[in-house]
Formats: sequence, structure tokens, C-alpha cells
Amino acid sequence: MLTYATRRLILSIPTLLFISFVIFMLLQLAPGDPMAQVPLTVPPEVKEKMRQALGVGEPALVQYWKWLVQVAWIEPQVFIDYLFGTNLSEGKLRVISWQTRSPVMDIVIQRIPQTLWVVGIAYIVAILIALPIGIYSAYRQYSVFDQAGTFVTMIGFSVPPFFTGPLLIVIFSVQLGWLPSIYDTTLVVNDWDSFKAQMMQMVMPVMVLALQITAQLSRYMRASMLDNLNQDYVRTARAKGLSEMVVVIVHVLRNSMIPVVTVIALGIPSIFGGAIITENVFKVNGIGQLLITALFANDLPMVMTLTFIFAVLIVLFNLIADILYGVLDPRIRYD
Amino acid sequence: MTNAPQDDVIMAGTTEDVAIEALKDKEPSKPPRSQWKDVWDQLRKHKGAMFGGCFLIFITLAVLIGPFLYTVDPQKLDIRNKDFRPIYTAIWDGDAKTGWNKPLGSDQLGRDNLAQMIAGGRASMAVGWAAMILSLVIGTAIGVAAGYFKKLDGPLMRLTDLFLSLPILPLLLVAVTLFRQPLRASFGPEGGMFILIVTIIAITSWMPTARIVRGDILAIKEREFVLAARSIGTTPGKIIGRHLLPNVLSPIMVSAALGLATAIITESALSFLGVGFPSDFPTWGKMLADAVVRMEEFPERVLLPGIAISLTVLSVNYLGDGLRDALDPRIRGR
Repeated sequence: MLTYATRRLILSIPTLLFISFVIFMLLQLAPGDPMAQVPLTVPPEVKEKMRQALGVGEPALVQYWKWLVQVAWIEPQVFIDYLFGTNLSEGKLRVISWQTRSPVMDIVIQRIPQTLWVVGIAYIVAILIALPIGIYSAYRQYSVFDQAGTFVTMIGFSVPPFFTGPLLIVIFSVQLGWLPSIYDTTLVVNDWDSFKAQMMQMVMPVMVLALQITAQLSRYMRASMLDNLNQDYVRTARAKGLSEMVVVIVHVLRNSMIPVVTVIALGIPSIFGGAIITENVFKVNGIGQLLITALFANDLPMVMTLTFIFAVLIVLFNLIADILYGVLDPRIRYD
Repeated sequence: MTNAPQDDVIMAGTTEDVAIEALKDKEPSKPPRSQWKDVWDQLRKHKGAMFGGCFLIFITLAVLIGPFLYTVDPQKLDIRNKDFRPIYTAIWDGDAKTGWNKPLGSDQLGRDNLAQMIAGGRASMAVGWAAMILSLVIGTAIGVAAGYFKKLDGPLMRLTDLFLSLPILPLLLVAVTLFRQPLRASFGPEGGMFILIVTIIAITSWMPTARIVRGDILAIKEREFVLAARSIGTTPGKIIGRHLLPNVLSPIMVSAALGLATAIITESALSFLGVGFPSDFPTWGKMLADAVVRMEEFPERVLLPGIAISLTVLSVNYLGDGLRDALDPRIRGR
């Protein structure tokens, strides 16, 4: 197992290098110019110098190498400096956003909490709802509960977040006036009232996201439970005289959770990736919103670094899911 | 539909060599049934799939024939008749600005909502179908090549893994913003965007199909009928076309349904984020996005395209669900 994990970890480095190279080369084709906003009165040679200062004048491969060094070598140093108060990164150039002229990673760190709060809680809520629904609908297959559950998950599957979002706003903010329609990022939670306000503003985005994630997870859970409920070991367990509760929760559920846990692990990168559309609808100031504003502002270093972070997370959690599969299921051996 | 050779049942034990009378079948043996008739019978039992199929046919016909029956130009500005409410608003609100000439009302520039819905549906469905077909072709080709030719298996599957680990929505946005200008210049604003969106959705969504097809091909190519075909000198191309592809048709059809649903949603999401078709070209996603700012006064402008997208995707998903059940021989007949 350890050798397998190490081999996969080492193999993921060239994969990530290749992905980052592809994204970088794609971005090189971008038509925009970071100097487009500079006033026309600035003489061209000064503009050329400014371009050089942003690192744009050099050939693409040199730029890629510099970006790679900044992301993979200097940014970890900055992080270590931040943790231990050392000064390894003193005077070294970090990845600079063209929009704000400040380090990209600083902005990412600022935006991460909002995304984690909203998307992370939605994920937890979705897991808590989806698992019981999936288990019970499989146990009572074709019952009214199962039909209703399947219908609701189908709706969650089909109704896009850019429709459920506005719909919830119309119902709960406009008609009923219960919940705020815009997520206030500046809210500081320090007492009961502000905590309540924070909860109120989180309800709708969390509901929109949780509906989607619940739909996917409960379908998996149901299918996986159905696969296991007809197995021979379930009959044996019943024949031993175990109660239905023990049979379902201890025997069947444990075995059915194996694929579901890996699916949950595979979904974790999307928590950090943020929900671009939901964040947009509710004006949550998160990572997804950061990416889309950076895209529209032609802020290539920001876009590049963000997509690279997403790619790292996806590759990492793919690996974790595979390893989890091997750990949880003794039938699977990676040799 | 062509039947693969292994479906031909060899009728052993004809009338003459039945020795014992009691073992004889009481009723005459039924006429042979084709696989696709079985599938259709099973599909007909699935209420959701039937509803989905009917709705899909209805919406396809509506967007195809609609413009000939309702001949209002969706892009025509009629500023004097702007902000009409749908005709049904008059039932509970007699003072509402309604009119039979605008059955679903008009928007802030006086464009007719019904005409926009039809035109928008046309665009959404066209993008959905085209992207789905393209992604199926890519996915099937890669899956078959990887499954059949051992040499290609490693590289092609690594490529699939690579695509699977790309962050899709960010990349989609990046690609759309980057290639918009050159394609618009060469194919016109609408044609260019159509090509761009279809290609990008297809390139980012073929991987599941390729994986499923590869898995099935790997299993089927070890079966005896493929060996028999190869031993009489059938070329790889013929084996793939005649023996392998008909047998992987069912997973392909299921992923086609799912692909259509995702393609429609992705196109609407792009339009919603403002990187889709040009602003005067109606699609459902764009209508929804434009209406969000005025949804307090005119909720129907959000609801109509939203419900259209949701119902279409819902019906496609139900159809896919039913197809999966009907095409799975282990479930069929239960």
C-alpha cells in the first residue's frame, strides 16, 4: 500500500507539470494586454518597461519556468516564513496579480474562508441528508418514500443552481422577506446576533448547493445499498437471527459505504474550487467569484494560479480516493 | 437495428427428437422476439421515461415548428409595448399590462417573450444535441481504440485521466473568453460562438463515455464470437463495426442521455455568466440572466426560461434512467 501510494504520488508530479504547462500555453494565446488600461499619454518605451516588470516581455517558456519557481519554490517559503517567523523568502518575487499588484496567494488566503464556510457547510449538510435518504430508499425499494426520494434527487440533479438561486431569492427574500438575498462578507461574528445574521445569510446558498450534492450522493448511496442488500452474507446475517437494524446498519451499510466514501472524497476539491455560479448569484466573495472576476479582468497570473490549485486538489483527492478504496475494501490489493 | 451474431439463438431439439410427451411444451413456442422489442417493452413500463420522452419530443417539435406557427421576430424591438405581463396575469390582476398579441408578455425592450422562448429553446437544444453527439463520437472513438488496440490503451487512458483531472468549469470559462474573438471574426458572431461552445463542451465531457466503452470493449473482445470472426480473417475495422459497436450501444445510449442533459445545463450556465452567445441572441440561460435584476417586478421572466431548462433536463434525465433500466438485461423482465 505504501509503495503504491508513493508511486502514485511521484507519478502525479509529471501529471501536474503537464496540466500546468497546458493551461499556461492556453493562457498565452489570450488576446488581452495587461497594459491596455494604462493611459495613452504614457510613452511606448515606458510601457515596454512596465511590461518587462510584469514579466510579460520574455519568451513563453521562460515565463512558465519563472511562474513554476514562484509557485512551487517561493510560495512554500513564504508560507514557512508565515508559520515560523523565519525570513527565507526575503526579497524574492512572488506571483503578482495584474489586477491588484499584490501577491496572488494573499488574495486567495483572504477569499478561502468565505468559500469554505458556504460550500463546506453545504457539503456536510448534503452528506447528512443524503445518506439516510439513500439508505432508507434502498431498504424500502419502490415504496412511496423511495419514489418521492428518487423524484426529489432527480429534481436536484436537473434544476440548475442559476435557477434555484433566483427562485429562492424571489420566495424567501422578496415575497416573505425572511432571509437576506446578498451574502455580507464583512460581517464579523462576535456575538449571538451576528452569529444569527451569519446563519440567516448562509441558509440560501447552502440550500442551493446542498440540493445538488444531496442528489448525487443519495443516488450513489441507494445504488450501493441495493447492490449489497441481495448478497448472500445479508441472508446469513438474517438467518443468524440478527435484528434488521443490525443487519442494515452494521453489515450492509459498512459495505455500501466503501464506494460512497470515495465519491465523497472525490467531491472535496469542489469545496475549495468554490461554486462559481452559486457564489455569483448570492454575491459570496469566494474563490469561484475571484476566478471569474480575474478572468473578465484578464488577470492571467491569478487565473493560472487558481486553476493550478484546483488541478492539484483534484489530482490529490483522486489519489486519496484510490487509497481509501484500498484501505476500506480488503478485496482490493494494490501490488 | 443490427443484431450481433451471438444473439442468434440456436434452436436445439426440434419436434422429432422429443421422446417423452410430458416434457413437451403445452403452448406453441412464441415467435422469436428481437432484443430491441424487449427493450421497448421495458422502457414503456417506466413512467418517468415515457413522460421524459414525450416531453422531449414535444419541446423539440415546439422549437422546430414553433417559428413557423408563431412568426414574431424574437429580436424585434417594440419599445412602445415593453414590459407586458403574460396573459394569464389578468386572471388575478385585472389592471396588469397584458395583451393577446404578447401571450407571454414582453421584456424591457419590448421583445416578445414567447418568440424569445422558442428561439432560445432552439439555440439551447441545438447546442445540447451537437455537443452531445460530438462528445459521444470522441468518447466512443477513444474508448474503442483504447479497448481494442493494446498498444494504444496505456497512452489513451492516461490522456483520459489527465482530462478528468482538469478543472472543467474554470477551463471552460478560460477557453470561451480566449477564443471568442478569432472564431467570431471567422464564422460570424452567432456561428462562431456555436462552434466554440459545442467544441468546448464536447472536449471537456467525453471522458466518462470513453472509460465505459473501453471497459465493455475489453470484456467483449475476449468473447468467442469475436475470436470466431477474427479466425475467419475479419479485419479489425470490420470486427469493431460489426461485432463490437452494436454490443456497446447500450452504455453509449445511456451516456448520450446524460450528456445531452449536461450539455444543455453547461450552455445555460455559460450564458448565465455572460460568456455565451452575443447579447441580442436569445437562449434560455441568457433570458434568465437578463431577468434576474428585474425578478421582483417580473418573476415570470425568470420562471419561464428556468422551468423550460429544468423540465427539459429533468425529462432527459428520466429518459436516461429508463434507458439504463431497459438496456440492462439483468433488470429487464423484472
